[in-house]
Amino acid sequence: MSGIGSGITGEMKEMTYAFPIEGGDFIKAGHASSNIKKILNQLSLDPAIIRRIAVAMYEAEVNVVAHAYRGSMKVFISPEKIRVRVEDEGPGIPDIEKAMQEGYSTASEKVREMGFGAGMGLSNIKKNTDKLDIRSTINKGTVVEMTTFTKPKEA
Amino acid sequence: MKIADIVRITNGKVVCGNETAEKEITHAFSSDLLSDVLTINRVGILLITGVANLQTIRTAEMAEVACVLIVRNKKVTQEMIDLAKENGLMIIESPGSMFGTSGKLYENGIKPLY
Ligand SMILES: Nc1ncnc2c1ncn2[C@@H]1O[C@H](COP(=O)(O)OP(=O)(O)OP(=O)(O)O)[C@@H](O)[C@H]1O
Ligand SMILES: [Mg+2]
Repeated sequence: MSGIGSGITGEMKEMTYAFPIEGGDFIKAGHASSNIKKILNQLSLDPAIIRRIAVAMYEAEVNVVAHAYRGSMKVFISPEKIRVRVEDEGPGIPDIEKAMQEGYSTASEKVREMGFGAGMGLSNIKKNTDKLDIRSTINKGTVVEMTTFTKPKEA
Repeated sequence: MKIADIVRITNGKVVCGNETAEKEITHAFSSDLLSDVLTINRVGILLITGVANLQTIRTAEMAEVACVLIVRNKKVTQEMIDLAKENGLMIIESPGSMFGTSGKLYENGIKPLY
């Protein structure tokens, strides 16, 4: 598994892993999310939380593949939260509010043939995370950051 | 419903996984939109779809689908089978249409998600 680093933030141990994402590559798409899901599966987290994170990060990864040129996915794991940051070089999103609306999509014919382009991804990311932050600069790129708070499993 | 029954009812063929698996399937969802599939909130379902590519399998992995039923006689690739195996996912190919296949399974007791 090709993760990078593992650091100490304050007193709390935070683990960090990073994976690249290639724009337009629908063979590799999902690779980053799958790797991170496998890492999360090894922690003692509620499986329902892992599934929600997996769905959200996969949607974000496919968005980079479908709409941007290249990017990366980083996950920051600490005892109280899982933060996933998906960053890309790409065209950016001109109107984030509009992009968040269900059904809004600029997906190409190629992307639609793959089964995507329903305009559901961003709203589904929002539904599956506790905190969603999207920043975008036209002709530069987009950063999607999602946070999930880990509730301890019922004893 | 057992996998063997799904195969019989849909005239299908298991291309990945074990046909005699004891796994019990109770619910199914039919869609050609992968983002639609990613909105479902139940694990261990049967996914009925005409989209046969690697992302179908990735979607099933993320959504924790138990079995993918590929309709309209679409053929799965070796890469799809390899990825499905890695994730313990079953794949069935069926010559039927999405509506016809869904209808037959519904008639035999498979429940919709909503
Ligand atoms: N990383 C990105 N870079 C540039 N544009 C983006 C990015 N992510 C989303 N968008 C824009 O926002 C729109 C809505 O995204 P969303 O994920 O909701 O739907 P979609 O990707 O078009 O289809 P779906 O996710 O249902 O397959 C996209 O069509 C695109 O115009
Ligand atoms: Mg999307």
